[in-house]
Amino acid sequence: MSAVAEEKKIIAGGSFLIEERTPEEIFTPEDFTDEHRMIAETTREFVDNEVRPATEELEQHNWQLARELIRKAAELGLIGVNIPEEYGGLGLDQTSGAIVGEMMGRSASFATTLGAQSGIGLTPIIYFGTEAAKQKYLPKIAAGELITAYALTEAGSGSDAMAAKATARLSADGTHYVLNGEKMWITNGGFADVFVVFAKVDGDKFSGFIVERQPGLTSGAEEHKMGIKGSSTTALVLSDVTTPVENLLGEVGKGAKIAFNILNFGRFKLGSMCSGGMKLMIREAVRYANERHQFGRPISSFGAIKAKLAEMAIRAWVGETLVYRTLGLIENAISGAQDSEAKLRGIEEYAAECSIIKVALSESCDFVADEMVQIYGGYGYSADYPAEGAYRDSRINRIFEGTNEINRMLIPGRIMKSALSGKLALLPAAQKLMDEVLSPTLGALDEDAGVLAVEAKLAAAAKKVALMTLGTAVQKYMTALAGQQEVLMGIADIIMDAYAMESSVLRAQKLVAVQGEEQSARHLDMVSVFCHDAIDRIETHAKQTLAAMSEGDELRTLLAALRRFTKRTPINTVAARQRIADVLIKANRYAY
Amino acid sequence: MKIIVLMKQVANKDAILRINKDATWIEEGDLSYEVNESDGYALEEALRLKEKHGGEVVVCSMGPQRVKAVIKDALARGADRAIHVVGDELTRLAPLPAARALAEAIRAEQADLIMTGLQSDDNGYGQTGVIVAELLGLPHATIVIELDASDDKLRVKRELENGWYQWYEMPRPALLTIQSGISQIRYATLKGIMAAKKKEIREVAPTSDMTSGAPDQRITKIYFPQKTKQTQFLGDGDAKAGAAQLAEKLRTEARVF
Ligand SMILES: Cc1cc2nc3c(=O)[nH]c(=O)nc-3n(C[C@H](O)[C@H](O)[C@H](O)COP(=O)(O)OP(=O)(O)OC[C@H]3O[C@@H](n4cnc5c(N)ncnc54)[C@H](O)[C@@H]3O)c2cc1C
Repeated sequence: MSAVAEEKKIIAGGSFLIEERTPEEIFTPEDFTDEHRMIAETTREFVDNEVRPATEELEQHNWQLARELIRKAAELGLIGVNIPEEYGGLGLDQTSGAIVGEMMGRSASFATTLGAQSGIGLTPIIYFGTEAAKQKYLPKIAAGELITAYALTEAGSGSDAMAAKATARLSADGTHYVLNGEKMWITNGGFADVFVVFAKVDGDKFSGFIVERQPGLTSGAEEHKMGIKGSSTTALVLSDVTTPVENLLGEVGKGAKIAFNILNFGRFKLGSMCSGGMKLMIREAVRYANERHQFGRPISSFGAIKAKLAEMAIRAWVGETLVYRTLGLIENAISGAQDSEAKLRGIEEYAAECSIIKVALSESCDFVADEMVQIYGGYGYSADYPAEGAYRDSRINRIFEGTNEINRMLIPGRIMKSALSGKLALLPAAQKLMDEVLSPTLGALDEDAGVLAVEAKLAAAAKKVALMTLGTAVQKYMTALAGQQEVLMGIADIIMDAYAMESSVLRAQKLVAVQGEEQSARHLDMVSVFCHDAIDRIETHAKQTLAAMSEGDELRTLLAALRRFTKRTPINTVAARQRIADVLIKANRYAY
Repeated sequence: MKIIVLMKQVANKDAILRINKDATWIEEGDLSYEVNESDGYALEEALRLKEKHGGEVVVCSMGPQRVKAVIKDALARGADRAIHVVGDELTRLAPLPAARALAEAIRAEQADLIMTGLQSDDNGYGQTGVIVAELLGLPHATIVIELDASDDKLRVKRELENGWYQWYEMPRPALLTIQSGISQIRYATLKGIMAAKKKEIREVAPTSDMTSGAPDQRITKIYFPQKTKQTQFLGDGDAKAGAAQLAEKLRTEARVF
């Protein structure tokens, strides 16, 4: 096989900040095939018919039932969707896997259970397992016969996962490893059969292992959690637990590579699950608002409620747009990759985008859950109605798979890493922009007519502001930037909004091209409102970060450039939100 | 055994319906669609028969290209191939012309058994299947809730009124209309979905003499049920008698049990 034949255009991660894309270049849910839609429908039917009605029993920790549900999910192909065919899976594309994840998000607890079973507890074996381990475990995991878990966190090492204390040592005869230590917060910990465990060989070489349940491996009691109570979370104690050398994942001392790569998958999956969860919450909220009457009319007829419904839908739609645009990038990079290494490089390329999805979707999901409670009023505070559980369930997403603080810092961090390695021509672009900032003939955002013209310019402006703040930060702090957390978090927020703005403009342009302006009106409203709100947020973050980094004339110049970049005439977002809400109210569901 | 299942695509149950301008149909613009509920049960029965006795299940649906969704779904659940009677206006045909188009599309197949749902969730005529049987010269049974095809005869259990049932023996080939809720419908597995991609969907166009001609029946006006309120006092002060009457009414009038 020649190297040339394998070559295809891979869009560099983070390049959205400095490159232009056309609508055709990005993947959107409108590109789903009939098969994708049917996979969505099967998963939705399964979750709605089998899993959601079982919520109460799962919340009482009926893990036998959880096992049965996993087995049923497996029969449908929902576990093996991304497991290669030669190991008993279906070997379908990443899009199919993401769609399954999205629909699973309709049951937060079970989505978490499956997030371990077919996500973090499985992916390390696919990508880092030895042939023997793959043959042994994958078919049974795909069939739902073996339940998996992922044990990285310890009591003393959460965000700082590499500080784990668990140890592994090779037996004298070199046939197996002996593991000792304690793990914390392990999803499926109460009933899993197979664990991906991270431990340090000889106390310093951080490594990953597959470990089967055995007498020396004991699960702690179920944690009393705020939400996702229908998923098992326990500590694990490993005392002289053994595992054969074939169960080593990757190489000794290379465990960090596994942990971080798997987190990219996990973050992405979490985003797609949040997307599904949000749409369900919106449907419930719209129905409730249509049914609930006060002052002689449905509460959905009140502007205050409409504004909420509209914003919930905007967050869900933009979030979904982010998920699938990124998925398209990953799919393109992974499909046709010759080996695991190449596939991993494919997803690692988009580590920044995966972190964006994790943060943006988990926070939107929380926003939607919060507004859902509010729309339900007192009934939102009652455990007899769905809002209360949804609100508690949603909260975990900002904590696991890397807290949102850690992920925020990773966003500029990963982009800068690509830039410094020369893969991403960010520094020259930032330099060029700085020259533009200092030049007196800086072009302002002129009011252009035409569909999405203003929004496209706002998105372009957002990218410039991201580049300007990032460029200023690099100049100012050089390699010490990593220590400037507040600045990094502000820049992360700007980058996230910029990616979201551009993605939604491109998706809407694509919709207009396919179905015309009139049919796309409701989407155009969403993109308008989102872009105008986002540029306000961006301006605020930019002011704060620039003022933290510079002063005097330099600051004045930067702020003047910021003003010119983001100059805009406010639109009537009140009316636009009403129109968005009316679509939902009329359809009585999430209709975007 | 060759079994043909006639399946219709209808508006989603949850859809909020709006009536079109000339009050002859519902606004179809942004409707979402699903398979007619009882047709799904008909397919399930057909697939179970095939599992027991071997043979082939052919699904046939009629309407614009959007009905491909119903066809592909049926193929993903296990049907072997499909016939699509294509035409934009076909979903609004009255039962006789609809049955004519369907009967001609499947006549040459010489099926051993034809199954449909007992009625469509949109028009609810409950006639199309019966007329197809007539046009093909086949015996039929309606509202079937159980069936046995182990020998060359057919034994079917029909639902009658008031909790009564009937076992009925009939020759094959035949047409059966199937009641909803009689079994657990299988899922389309991911494997089934991918396999369906390779299955045949044959498109046929009905000739105009099948579907036109003087309509025997047409919709002159559709409207939402007019709500009127009526209060009835039950039991005449006797709570026990009132409860009994209420239970009776719930069973026979409201039919919630
Ligand atoms: C329900 C549930 C299920 C879980 N499932 C699993 C699982 O299956 N497998 C597994 O391995 N783990 C799992 N976890 C653990 C989870 O990944 C960790 O809780 C998470 O990584 C955070 O670690 P921590 O709890 O130790 O918090 P800490 O790391 O102590 O963080 C506390 C706070 O400090 C902030 N912080 C920490 N470090 C920094 C820094 N450098 N800069 C700025 N802020 C910082 C954090 O953002 C956070 O706000 C689960 C947790 C829960 C609650």
